[in-house]
Amino acid sequence: MDKTLSLPRAISTYLSDGDTVALEGFGHIVPVAAAHEIIRQGFTDLILARMSCDVIVDQLLGANCLRGLISSFVANSSAGSLHELRRRVEKSDPEPLWFDEYSHGGMVARYQAGASKLPFQPIASYRGSDLAAKNPRITSVPDPYGGPDIYVVPALNPDLTIIHAQRADKHGNVQAWGMLGVQTEAAFAGRRLIVTVEEIVDEDIVRSDPNRTIVPAHVVDAVVAVPRGSHPHSVQGYYDRDDDFSRQWSALARDPEAVQKWLETNVRGTSDHDEFLASLGSDHFETSTIHDAYSTPVNYGGRA
Amino acid sequence: MSLRTHEEADTGVQAVGAAAREASTGVQASHDEVTSSELLTVHSARALAGRNVVFAGHGLPTLAVSLAQHTVAPDVEIVYESGVTGARPPAMPRSISDSILVPGAASVMPMTHLFNYVLQGQRIDVGFLGAAQVDKYGNLNSTLIGDDWEHPDSRLPGSGGAIEAMAGAAEIFLVMRRHTPRTFVENLDFVTSPGPRKAAEAEVGSMPAGAGVTHVITDLGIMTRSARDEELTLTAVHPGIDPSEVVRQTGWNLLVSPDLETTQPPSAAELSLLREQLDPTRIYLR
Repeated sequence: MDKTLSLPRAISTYLSDGDTVALEGFGHIVPVAAAHEIIRQGFTDLILARMSCDVIVDQLLGANCLRGLISSFVANSSAGSLHELRRRVEKSDPEPLWFDEYSHGGMVARYQAGASKLPFQPIASYRGSDLAAKNPRITSVPDPYGGPDIYVVPALNPDLTIIHAQRADKHGNVQAWGMLGVQTEAAFAGRRLIVTVEEIVDEDIVRSDPNRTIVPAHVVDAVVAVPRGSHPHSVQGYYDRDDDFSRQWSALARDPEAVQKWLETNVRGTSDHDEFLASLGSDHFETSTIHDAYSTPVNYGGRA
Repeated sequence: MSLRTHEEADTGVQAVGAAAREASTGVQASHDEVTSSELLTVHSARALAGRNVVFAGHGLPTLAVSLAQHTVAPDVEIVYESGVTGARPPAMPRSISDSILVPGAASVMPMTHLFNYVLQGQRIDVGFLGAAQVDKYGNLNSTLIGDDWEHPDSRLPGSGGAIEAMAGAAEIFLVMRRHTPRTFVENLDFVTSPGPRKAAEAEVGSMPAGAGVTHVITDLGIMTRSARDEELTLTAVHPGIDPSEVVRQTGWNLLVSPDLETTQPPSAAELSLLREQLDPTRIYLR
């Protein structure tokens, strides 16, 4: 079954106002283009689930798409602060943000429970942490096997999960390599799943290396080809990170008006991701080229 | 100023701070000037002697582990929060999720493996953490400054994996670039990552597997603790630093070891490794 869709069509088909949407990728294979398309289509009242925040969180906040955030790290990766986010959290400016805060281990456990369709997941951390005291959803249950009460976190089942990856076939068998973050768990946890990829490849390529598939087609609702869809984050084997972009965002976003202007010009003022990339300048990507490093092929041979 | 458990110390204020430190270490290492980053890196590396599996972030901890591999701990390996182990990057990574870590690495684990099997699974000897605030028992705050979680004066990045590193690693090394009363505090604004003493006060949950913070390495000296109820004790000062200065820069009444030592300045060999081989473009050695 061919699940390829355009990005606008995939987003408009599978996202609704008020949804909880997970955008995952741990500094690598991040669905940035999809976040921009959410902004272009003007969705509101979303709750964003994202373990480790970055520029897209500030951009979605600035575009007034979000009423809530589920996260465990709210800086701009290693590039500085997210000032839209800080204004919302520190000063309720322009309005309060519902913030459901965990640790990375807690977020991983939430996605695991969600993917497994369990109500919650036990976790060995949190004892003595103020996070457990402040967040009522981090709670404890008796250990039926005689141990001390153990902390649990609730399942996270986003209405829509969006992940990025290197490649997929048209059916939606998704292959990724390099740092995999929590992509697989977030994908299985989602009630609906959009996967953006650098390229749609022939089914034979996928089938030549089935262990490389991190999400099988039966989990995927739509697969979308979006080259450079993870910029400013890297995609192993395709392009490097754009640290200048991330740092410049942290500087720009100190000024709320500059955020609005940037969104108007670069996101709402562009029709799609290609136009967005072009808006960065024709020579923008000359510095982010990478060298090739191929793995040695493995032998999948079995009984004839 | 009196020093706790320390017999009448010489509290006459000597030349303290960066000037004295640089003068002293610079001469010892016969290099022009030892930066604070170099000092912290060298002492972090030395503390890794005898350890094998280290959970570390980018920057100074990465550099410290690289130096340790070349000096006191040839078999030590970093496990990055991004799931990479046994990385052999051709240049210093710019963050824990820098894809430069991947080519040539020994493994890249998904985060479920990293958090469930490696951290929670108690496979880590030493976790390197930083924090905005630390208290006398090595509890850490990386969440906020202020008194209200919902409306903080200053919102900081949050836990990331720090809570799990503290809970699962055998011990934690804390690197603090600036030792001041604002960072070394009597009461944390928020307990993000509790050590075992704080955890023991709580009524529910699993106890941390390890000892919590055992080493704190700062620009002024080194503090250590080894037992659950033990406070951090100043066990070494850097050359040219008076212990009374460290006490003054600490927001609680800091214990000073009766066997207080002066740290050995970075050696010429250590500095040459750092400057010429490990971080020649000075990404982290500023």
